[in-house]
Amino acid sequence: MAQVFHHSTNLISRLTIYGFFVFIIVAGFIPYWIDGSPYVTEANVPKVQPVPFSHRHHTTELGIDCRYCHTSVEESSFAGLPPTETCMTCHSQIWKNSPILEPVRESFRSDRSIQWVRVNALPQFVYFNHSIHINKGIGCTTCHGPIGEMPLTWAENSLKMSWCLECHRHPENNVRPRDQVFSVSYQPPANQAELGKKLVKEYNIYSLTECYTCHR
Amino acid sequence: MHPESRTRLDLQAIAAKLDKSDQRRLWSGLDELAGTPEYEAGLQGEFGDPENEPAIAKHGLSRREALKLMAASAALSGLTACTKLPTEHIVPYVHAPEEIIPGKPLFYATSMMQGGLAVGLLVESHMGRPTKIEGNPNHPASLGATNIFAQASVLTFWDPNRSQVVLRDGRISDWAEFLTAASDLRNRLIGTKGAGLRILTQATSSPTFAAQMQSLLAQFPNAKWYTHEPFGNFSADGGARLAFGRNVNTIYRFDKAAVVVSLDSDFLDHGATCVRYARDFAAWRGIETPTSQMNRLYAVESGPSLTGAMADHRLPIRCGEVENFARALATALGLPIQNASSPVAGQPVPNEWFKAVVRDLQSHRGASLVVAGAWQPPAVHALAHAMNEALGNAGTTVVYTDPVELGPEADSLPDLVKEIDAGQVSALLILGSNPVFTAPADLQFAQRMLKVPLRIHCGLYDDETAEISHWHIPQTYFLESWSDARAFDGTAGIVQPLIAPLYHGHSHHEMIALLTGNVGKSDHELVREYWKAQRPQQSERDFENFWARTLHDGVLAGTALPAISPRLTLDYGKLPDPPAGNAQAIEVVFRPDPTIGDGRWANNAWLQELPKPLTKVTWDNTIALSPATAWRLGLNTGDVASLSIGGLKATGPIWVMPGHADNSATVTVGYGRKRAGNVGSGFGFNGYLLRTSSAPFVASGLQIEKTGQNYLLAETQIHHPIDRNHQQVEEESINAFERDVIRIGTLEQFRTNPRFAQLPDQEVNQNLSLYQPYKYTGYAWGMSIDLSRCTGCQACVVACYAENNIAVVGKYEVMAGRDMQWIRVDNYYRGGLENPETYFQPVPCMQCEQAPCELVCPVGATLHDHEGLNEMIYNRCVGTRYCSNNCPYKVRRFNFKLYSDWVTPSLYGLRNPDVTVRSRGVMEKCTYCIQRINEAKIAAEKENRFVRDGEIQTACQQACPTEAIIFGNINDPNSRVSKLKQQTRNYSMLAELNTRPRTTYLAKIRNPNPEISTS
Repeated sequence: MAQVFHHSTNLISRLTIYGFFVFIIVAGFIPYWIDGSPYVTEANVPKVQPVPFSHRHHTTELGIDCRYCHTSVEESSFAGLPPTETCMTCHSQIWKNSPILEPVRESFRSDRSIQWVRVNALPQFVYFNHSIHINKGIGCTTCHGPIGEMPLTWAENSLKMSWCLECHRHPENNVRPRDQVFSVSYQPPANQAELGKKLVKEYNIYSLTECYTCHR
Repeated sequence: MHPESRTRLDLQAIAAKLDKSDQRRLWSGLDELAGTPEYEAGLQGEFGDPENEPAIAKHGLSRREALKLMAASAALSGLTACTKLPTEHIVPYVHAPEEIIPGKPLFYATSMMQGGLAVGLLVESHMGRPTKIEGNPNHPASLGATNIFAQASVLTFWDPNRSQVVLRDGRISDWAEFLTAASDLRNRLIGTKGAGLRILTQATSSPTFAAQMQSLLAQFPNAKWYTHEPFGNFSADGGARLAFGRNVNTIYRFDKAAVVVSLDSDFLDHGATCVRYARDFAAWRGIETPTSQMNRLYAVESGPSLTGAMADHRLPIRCGEVENFARALATALGLPIQNASSPVAGQPVPNEWFKAVVRDLQSHRGASLVVAGAWQPPAVHALAHAMNEALGNAGTTVVYTDPVELGPEADSLPDLVKEIDAGQVSALLILGSNPVFTAPADLQFAQRMLKVPLRIHCGLYDDETAEISHWHIPQTYFLESWSDARAFDGTAGIVQPLIAPLYHGHSHHEMIALLTGNVGKSDHELVREYWKAQRPQQSERDFENFWARTLHDGVLAGTALPAISPRLTLDYGKLPDPPAGNAQAIEVVFRPDPTIGDGRWANNAWLQELPKPLTKVTWDNTIALSPATAWRLGLNTGDVASLSIGGLKATGPIWVMPGHADNSATVTVGYGRKRAGNVGSGFGFNGYLLRTSSAPFVASGLQIEKTGQNYLLAETQIHHPIDRNHQQVEEESINAFERDVIRIGTLEQFRTNPRFAQLPDQEVNQNLSLYQPYKYTGYAWGMSIDLSRCTGCQACVVACYAENNIAVVGKYEVMAGRDMQWIRVDNYYRGGLENPETYFQPVPCMQCEQAPCELVCPVGATLHDHEGLNEMIYNRCVGTRYCSNNCPYKVRRFNFKLYSDWVTPSLYGLRNPDVTVRSRGVMEKCTYCIQRINEAKIAAEKENRFVRDGEIQTACQQACPTEAIIFGNINDPNSRVSKLKQQTRNYSMLAELNTRPRTTYLAKIRNPNPEISTS
């Protein structure tokens, strides 16, 4: 009796069986990969704002300090967004007829707030505190990226827990001198490994990886 | 188990069982003694059996259907992890207010009126939202602590059911229209000098309001002001008049009283003074060393109260016979009382007991105190004044001042009704009060009120009185309007708003201003003008400074009333005759509900779900009877009985209450509201239906009839019971009673053996573990709870609700054992059913160092941190409930359903932004207020220092009137908590399980009189 199955069937069945396991493993990674992709995290995706505010222009080009607008960053969990009044301190004098600033003037006239779109969002079960990070020598750009080069603002990092933990486990990789915290052009020096260790000691930085540090 | 009706308690079998068992045996309630299936079910499965969920709690979804739906949703649920975060907006200010830093709360001092007297508060405000209430340490009535009502008031403020619009004849109207009507009324009144205008308010101590009323009555001399407070101080006022010929304010100095006799007084739990009195009283109780002195409390009362539970000797007698007791006591103290009969007719007081009390009082002249209950007749108050005078207490433990409350004679509702009948009332303005619900039944106030041609009501809710008013004006709450109020000692404080009125409400000041012609004046201007007028010589600038200082402090320094020494002019011959005692007639005692008050808190879900401190019933009121009386009448807990007295009738469920006086029934009133709001309407029965103006607090001759029906109460006494049976069978190895959950000793025992509460060393082997011991090098958080100080008031429970965004589950979910309170107060009793000793034990999460819950979590949602906290991580929790199953203390709570209200917009404002609002399917429990710990740690880190002792107060600790709860760093040997834990009274609950709890207890010390043999 002739063979019912051709020789190649062996190969096909092997491929099918092994391929199935490979598929399962790959399929398991796909959601993980999607979840971490900018599609979901919106990292590196500039947000459309009511006013196309440029951090590059205001910080790098004009040299305004972060704290001129984000006033509570050293005291509070929330860095603070400037009231319309802060914008108008300058823009009642310069660019006062610019059409792109109309929403700002409108807000000032009508006493209604500008609705900015949040760029760096955390889930509601995460409690982040700006002030303690600033105080311990973590610079703005460590998390917010090269803000001094952003014409429109995007989130530089995924803000996923694994990303937070990278630094919470090894703060020495990112800590910088306190006087450099608000510098938008700061680059870690070549001896960061050495400097980091020194600063971690000097600033009493603990590697806080307890759940209750952020979740409560 | 939830059968259709409650298991009947065999009261005689229970009594027999108690007689046989050791006198030291603790029992948590009648269900434990009877071993009812309800209690056993609580022991077995922590949250009851979902299969036997009461039918009413099911929402038409069977278990099978739920599983089908779950299968479908599980298929989709994997994808939910991939959802993007929703786009959020940040909305900054246009002009930023100076003080507000987003993310940092601000605290403002204000005052809250409770029964006419002020309690000083500090209110936490998150960007303009009042979210949490604390006591004002500068205020004499608070000293930093609060009671349940102050804690819960923030929920009432955000209550979506509060009245929101002006109503005219029940239809929506507006303020402008009312202004026209008010101006018409004023024009009419000007002609007649106010004839026919009657104003009914609650008791008040607001100087501004009183001044306004004075000016109104000066303009309209024919108008009249009445007050109505269903459980007001009118008996005490009458007693003062009997004793001194004038009304005086009585202040007790419990901090100086070594021997206290309470004549049916609930000074630890009632009124605006209870927080201060509890603090002063408890200062004697938390003794540190065998040489410390302790006060002694004798309580004579009918129904058990928190004061009775704290008493070293408690004597249950009928409420109506307390006066006889007072007469006998006064006679024994040498006062010339006429026709003083035996101490108590029919129920002879143990002679030895009585004589010991007299001797104790006499040997503490000037340091003793006789306190008359607010709801005892004036004669008892007068006798108490006379006894205090005779014992030399006046001026030392009792201080008199001029009256603090301002206004006419309290509770003059009957006079108002007479005037209405005579047709003398043409316009009735009701401010705040709800007399249609709370007036004595014999006045038939609703029918009477309908006769008045113009009825105006200004109140927080569109309630029973608003329903039959022509006009209803939404009232502003104390958190959104200006006013002022005086404390029990006269200290004035400003009521400062935290937020603009939510619903365009108007204050009582504005309402009176309309009539006096000050239209358009805000309450702010009125209050400021009053205080400015009090300081005519002060310059504008000085006044501004004074005003800013006052608002900051919350109190006006130096405004306490000076002590006076009124001369006792009591004519003993003129004392009203003692009540004719008929020991067999059943009396009915009316008391405000312990959690919802006289009904005004009915729509506050926190207070509804807060167990009544002694019955542990939630969402309902009951008729409390002694076991003997219940047995005689054939009644049992849960039976519905119809009550009738003098033609008045009401029907409600019976509660068999150990320690209640025989032939006496305590009815708590405040329930049975019809228009309380979505939360409070329809629960309980209306006890006011039995109450008459001639006998507002106690009446004799009650008929109780069994209806044959049964009513299911949501009782938490049987929830989360701790299985102590294993201890009781181990009597051979060690005395089981010495290692029970509450350890109790008398002062004598403590003096002879200060370590009586601690187990022998071999019993507590600290290193009995398979794991390497962990060394806590930084902070190590711990808590100490002093059972000698705890009065069982449950302010901690309500504080925890507010601080930790705890959800309310409703009556039927409570019945299924699913209440969400993170800290509960367990009741235990010791001794016979007639008069057991009562003990309270607050139980939060013990934060065990070797926590059984952590080992069984399959997803690592509950873990230990390096400061010893047992962390509960909501976002990891998948809801297996293994942790809860393994918790011997039963302190974990599970969100079986979506209990948190995620829909009602006004409740968003209530939430503490520093704590996650939990969703369905998540386990939760006490965190030691981790948000407060983190905040303090961050503040300390920024200043490069350690957290100072006392810098972190947990919410329960901060609210506690008696400082029974202390939290801190146990690695610091000098911290307050470390010192408490070093005391010999310190013990761990269920230490034999080797969980090494961080929350430990200080043993309860009682101070019985050695002259009285049996306790």
